[in-house]
This record gives sequence, C-alpha cells and structure tokens, in this order.
Amino acid sequence: MTTTTQRPTDPARTYAEHAAPLWQRLVLTRETAIIALLVAVVLYAMVNVRNFDGPLTLTYLLLDITPILLIALPMTMVIVTGEIDLSVASVVGLSTVLVGILHAGGLSIPVAAVLALLAGAACGALNGFLVAYVGLPSLAVTIGTLALYRGLAVGLLGTKAITEFPDRWTDLATAKIGDTGIPLVMVLVAILAIAFGLLLHFTSFGRGVFDIGLNSEAARFTGVDVARTKLILFTLSGVVSALAGIYYVLRFGSARGDNATGLELQVIAAVLLGGVSIFGGRGRLHGVVAGVLLIGVVGSALRLEGITVNVINIIIGLLLVASVMSPSVLAWISDRTARRNPRASRPTDAPLGVGQKEGRNS
Amino acid sequence: MATAHADAVLELRDVSKSFGQVAALRSGSIRVTPRSIHALVGENGAGKSTLVKIVAGVHRRDGGEMLLEGESVDFHSTAESKARGIAVIYQEPTLFPDLSVTENIFMGRQPLTTGRRIDRSAMYDEAQALFDRLGVHIDPRRPAEGLSIADQQIIEIAKAISLDAKVLIMDEPTAALSGVEVERLFTVARSLRDEGRGLVFISHRFDEVFALCDQITVMRDGQYIDTLTTADTDVDQIVSLMVGREVGDLFPKTAAELGEPVLQVRDLTMTGVFHDISFEVRAGEIVGLAGLVGAGRSEIARAIFGVDRYESGVVTMDGIAIPGHDPRSAIRSGMAFIPEDRRKQGLVTQASVAHNVSAAVRSRLSRWGFLTSGAESRAAGPWAGRLEVKTGALDMDAATMSGGNQQKVVIAKWLATDPRLLIIDEPTRGIDVGTKAEVHRLLSQLAGEGMAILMISSELPEVLGMADRVLVVCEGRLTADIPRAEATPENVMRAATRTTEGVR
Repeated sequence: MTTTTQRPTDPARTYAEHAAPLWQRLVLTRETAIIALLVAVVLYAMVNVRNFDGPLTLTYLLLDITPILLIALPMTMVIVTGEIDLSVASVVGLSTVLVGILHAGGLSIPVAAVLALLAGAACGALNGFLVAYVGLPSLAVTIGTLALYRGLAVGLLGTKAITEFPDRWTDLATAKIGDTGIPLVMVLVAILAIAFGLLLHFTSFGRGVFDIGLNSEAARFTGVDVARTKLILFTLSGVVSALAGIYYVLRFGSARGDNATGLELQVIAAVLLGGVSIFGGRGRLHGVVAGVLLIGVVGSALRLEGITVNVINIIIGLLLVASVMSPSVLAWISDRTARRNPRASRPTDAPLGVGQKEGRNS
Repeated sequence: MATAHADAVLELRDVSKSFGQVAALRSGSIRVTPRSIHALVGENGAGKSTLVKIVAGVHRRDGGEMLLEGESVDFHSTAESKARGIAVIYQEPTLFPDLSVTENIFMGRQPLTTGRRIDRSAMYDEAQALFDRLGVHIDPRRPAEGLSIADQQIIEIAKAISLDAKVLIMDEPTAALSGVEVERLFTVARSLRDEGRGLVFISHRFDEVFALCDQITVMRDGQYIDTLTTADTDVDQIVSLMVGREVGDLFPKTAAELGEPVLQVRDLTMTGVFHDISFEVRAGEIVGLAGLVGAGRSEIARAIFGVDRYESGVVTMDGIAIPGHDPRSAIRSGMAFIPEDRRKQGLVTQASVAHNVSAAVRSRLSRWGFLTSGAESRAAGPWAGRLEVKTGALDMDAATMSGGNQQKVVIAKWLATDPRLLIIDEPTRGIDVGTKAEVHRLLSQLAGEGMAILMISSELPEVLGMADRVLVVCEGRLTADIPRAEATPENVMRAATRTTEGVR
C-alpha cells in the first residue's frame, strides 16, 4: 500500500490507530442519531399512521424526494468546503425548460437530456469560476445566478408549459423495480450516492475537500488546488441539478420556467439536518441521505394524517433548527454538569505520555 | 509569612484547573509584588497560559487560592478582572481596526460632555497624555488599522494605565517584535514598574527575561517549581529547572559534506516585497535566512514554494526550472515547506494526527484512486513515531496538542514526502526548550543524510548555531552571505540593518 512512500527506520514510538473503541466511533455520531431518528419515525408511523404501510406510500415518498436526494449529493461536498450553491433549483428549472424546448424542436429525449446536462455543467462552472478564481463569496454569486438562471428559464418559455413527452420516457421515470414498489430511478440515485460517497470519503480529492472547509490556507500550503477543487464541485452541482431537472420534467410530464422553485432550501435543509456543518469541514454522506429520507418520511406521514403543507413546513423547520442547535445545547449541558460537579473531572496525576492527551496549554 | 502577604499585589497559591480529563494546571503559584517585574517561564504545556487566563477571568479555577492585595478573589468574567485592576496584554492584541487609536483606548467608557455626547477633544488630549507618559509617538487620531504589533501592544498598555491597572500581565509580548521595538517595550515596562505597579512577563527568550525581570518563577507540567531572584541565578539553572534535566548543547549542528546544488534561485523579484534574490542551497547544507521581522524573509520562502506569486526570476530544483505560483509542482519537485504559522498554515488543527501527517502524500497512498483512513494511519504512524509526537492515538485531533507537538506533526508531514529540500520558517517559534533541542538535532541529522535545508529564523543564536551559511535579508534584498566560520552576531545584525549597499 505504501510502496512508493519511504518509511523511516526504527520508529521510536508506536501508536494506537484509534482513541475510542469501534462501537463508540460508530454509535456516538450525529449521523447515527439521524439514522436512529429516521428508524424511530418510520416505526412510529407504521403503527400509528393509517395507510403509511400501504404499497403506494413508499413509491410516492421516494419519487418525491428523488430531486432533493440527487442534488443533496454535490451540495454536501460544496457545503463541506464552506461554500454554498443557492442556484441549484434555478438550474433544475432551466434544465426542464431546455429538455422541453429541444424535444419540441424535434430532438429525441436522450439528445435533449445530454444538452441539458451540458447546460447544467456550464451554469455550475460559471458559479465555480466566479467563486474560485474571481474570489467572490458563493452566497452572493449564487443568489445572483439563482435569479439569472431562473430568468433564462422563464424567458425561454414564457408562462407556457410544454407537456408533450413520449410515454416511453415518462413511464420510465415512474417505473418500479419489479413488484417492490421501489422506483427504478432509485437505482440511479444509489449509483450516484455510492459514487459521491467514495469521492468524498475514500479519495485524496475528498480529503482535500474537508481540508478546504477546515482550513483553506493550510490546504493550499499542503498542495491542495483549492480553486480547481471548488470549480469541480460547483460544476458537479450544476450537472446533477440538470439531471434532477431531466427527471423532474419526465416525472411530471411538464416543462415550465417555474419548475422546482424553492427546492434549493429543501436541499440545504436536508443536508444540514444530515449533520453537515454550514461552516464547512464536517459531515458524512450517509447522514445526508438519512436527513433527506427523514424529511421525506415526516412529510409523508403528516400528509397521510391530513395535516396541511404549511404545518408540515413548520414542523420540518423546527426539526432543522433543533438539529442545528443540538451540538451547542449538548455542549452547554455537559459544561453545566461539569461545573456543578467539579469532582467528576478531577485531574489525574499520571505522567504525561502515551494514552493521555497533551492539550494543556497553547 | 503574614507580613509577606501584605505587600504582594497578586498572589496565587496551589491553583488548579482541568479541562475534562486533562489537567492543565495542577498547582500553580506565583507571588507578584508591586514595583517589580516578575518573569513566568516554563516549557509549552507547563500551564503558564492557563494560569494567566485564570487571573484574567477567562477560566475559573477548580481549586487553590487567589489573593488580590491580600483579599481573596474569584473572577467570573474578564470584565470583573479588569475592574479589579488586572490587565493582560496578549501576544497579538485585538483592537478594532476601523476605530481610531483613542477610541480603542476608551472603548466602552468614553468621556461625555453635558447632553451625553462623546467628548472627543478630552479623549484625544487624554490619549496624548498617556503616550507622552509612556514616551512613545503614536498619533491618537489615526485608525488602529495598519499599526505594527508593537504599537498595538503599546495601545493595550495605554488602555491598562488609563484603567489604573495594578497588575499588568504580558503573555509573550516580544514574540513578534524586532530588536528596537523590544527595547521600547522594556523602557515602558520599567517605567510602569517604577510607578509602583506589579508586572508579569512571560517569554521563551532568556536574554529578555534576564535583562528585564527582577524575579523568575519556573513552572513545569502544570506545577510551581521555584521562584528565584534574577541576580542570584543564570540561564543554565533556569533551563534545568524548566526541563527537570540538564540540557546539552542547544544547537548541535555537525559539519556535513556538501553535495550538488539542490535549490537555485535567480533574480527573484516581486516589486515592493523582495528584489533580485539569488542564492543556492546544496545537498547537506543548512542555509540560514536571517534579518529583521518584516524584511521579506518569509515572503521569499513563500514565493519559492509557490504559495505566493513573483514577477520575475527563476527557481530551479536539481537544475530543472519549476513553474511559479504552483505549490503542487514544488512538492513534486521535492520541496517541503514548513510555514511560520502552524495553526493557520501548517496543519488542519481540527483534523486527526494521521490525517495531517499523511496530508502531503495522500495521492501516493491511494490504491486504484481510493484512499482509506487505514492507509493514512499506516503511513502516518512511523513518521509520528520517529518524531516522538505525543498523542494517545492517531485519530485524535491536532487542536488539543501543545505548540511543540503540533510542530512535530507538521515536520512529520513533510518528512513523509521524502523531500530533497526542506524550507523551514521559524522552526522553533513558541515551542519549549526540550522540543527545540530535538528539532535542532533532527535538522542537523537530516542535513547529514544529504537533505538541503533553508531555515528562516529570528533567533540569532539559532541561525549562528545551525547554519553552514547565513544569508541576511534587509528590506527585501540580500545584503550579506556569510560562511559559518565568519558569522558573528555583530556582522549579521549589521547586514540586517544596512539598507543601501547591495552586497551579495
């Protein structure tokens, strides 16, 4: 594994690889908490919500969250670098309009889709260029392009909608895998989720993404190409948003300029709920997937209970605020208990060395 | 003892503080008398900063006694500590850059005229009076932005005096100051002492401690060791108290056989920063880059490594020119750069030791493009071990480590790349005596193995002790190239302050 790296001879010390045992590292994480909450909500809804265990619930739940799930993948990486992309929903809208217009103009769906993907890549690359090479703040840039791309979408099609699409393709968007009730599109989602998971957590590129989020100057001093990394991530965000747009137009059979308005906030909410820090440098992709599913399940269960969309939004909003606050609240509580009971953290007189943190002064 | 208590302005006895499992301070004691300057020394991690933060009201102590003018006190906040007459001057003061010098001094307690309007003229007059009293020339009306760190410290001191502080604590105030600025700070400190205040001075530089202080308190491993009168002691005794053992030669550079030139720099120029810089570093050679703070030494190093741009000139490694402003090419060509600011540039403090140590070799550790944390740990472990990094496990964050240990992590990270050239900027700034000697021994050993080393240092003894050749930078130009045998503090300092002669 390290054949090309020269090893020093005879190290003076050896180290344990991990400070905590495996179960602690797996269980005591924000991601596990979100997954546990997801399982709890699903179990509760199965028992208490009528029709939640019905055959159509799962299908529609997954069909509904597919665009969020797709865009959340690159969005996670963008947010881990400490940036944000607010223009994703406008790219979805633009992509649906492009597919509609190009198909209406005589192109086949696959050709129109490829062109929409290229347009998405161009939109993302423009964001990335302005953020990474011009050095503008991503919040400002993508608020600007949010309006720009939406304006293009509406401008291209006006207030019309294109609704003529071949059944072969629209059926495919809602097709299921055999008798399972799971939409076929989930195969695509799963492949992309695994690809993004590998990219973020198991490549040198992914390590660089985390380094940029934690300390972009140190990343630069270590040889991470910060600008190129950001350009790639924003471009990926554009491409995947365009892909979500293609799915959107086929699923609903309708290309309109105002498609998917406001979707960016749902995506970002799900990413943050999944344990990604808005300040960058922290987050795991499986947590984000669980976060998206949690929002989908809560929404679906509440809808089945006959609760209106506004109330559902309030509940999901509160859930998000609570999840963002929870680390600070937990820290505050543990600090309070430590103060009230100083004996609990009595210093040990063991000599400093292996097995003990040296963090006593700086 | 009873009479002795009466004349101490600040006294701490057996003060302890721990953070979770970590005991930062086991039993800290110090006794500061008025009309004296008291040095607090100890290795990094000895508990000095924690003690200061308890006095400043940043942390609350877990146990022990704190007496201010004989009265037991317990500060819940920094405001409370300030109100009782304690002022702390940190290494890097935090002023409001957009406000004027005067507004910074009177922040939150501006003098008012009738009608509750701020009385600006009274404020400026008072600020001017403070500066006159300190004997410094700073325009009270200028904005704080752009002031040197030395001037910012003076402003903090002026603020403390205007609050009539009885105790002034200076935490490594000289770390970023040049010689002249240090002298001015000392003059101010002495005048404050003569006014009857008690001063505490924390520093790693023994020449300063001995030049300035009346008493010296030594701490080690969070514990009080001893208090000595400066006149009755010497550096060797203090050092052995600090490390608990005798330290041999601090700068053990051994002569090494020089090989071919590894790094060659020709006519490197960045207008206004550095001009016509040309030199070379050979295999097995340690070249010291000396000069005053702000002379452009770090800027030259950063340009060579490619994190900063340069306008003209050529940098070659082993005879092959490397493109500018591209750290990746520099790393590929065999360069390693250990920057001045560990926490901001050297490492990602919130990431694990394994992550940091393997950061520069990640792409080599990948198998079919995939990288696992197991591979990172296996690569990092031996290097952390060679440098004797003190950590419980490889997945612990670097944030909790002391400065010396963090420096070892940064060095391990770059040695793992198997570099031909090591550029190291302030290798021992802010790290303790024991680790310092280890770093020096390591650099010497690496040079012996044929590595070329370019070392930037503000500590003259370090440069003179370690370098085979000393290059001196003054105002962005190389003003001297002195071989080891001829290098003396005098001729290096002369070259560092000479501006007109462009001698190479």
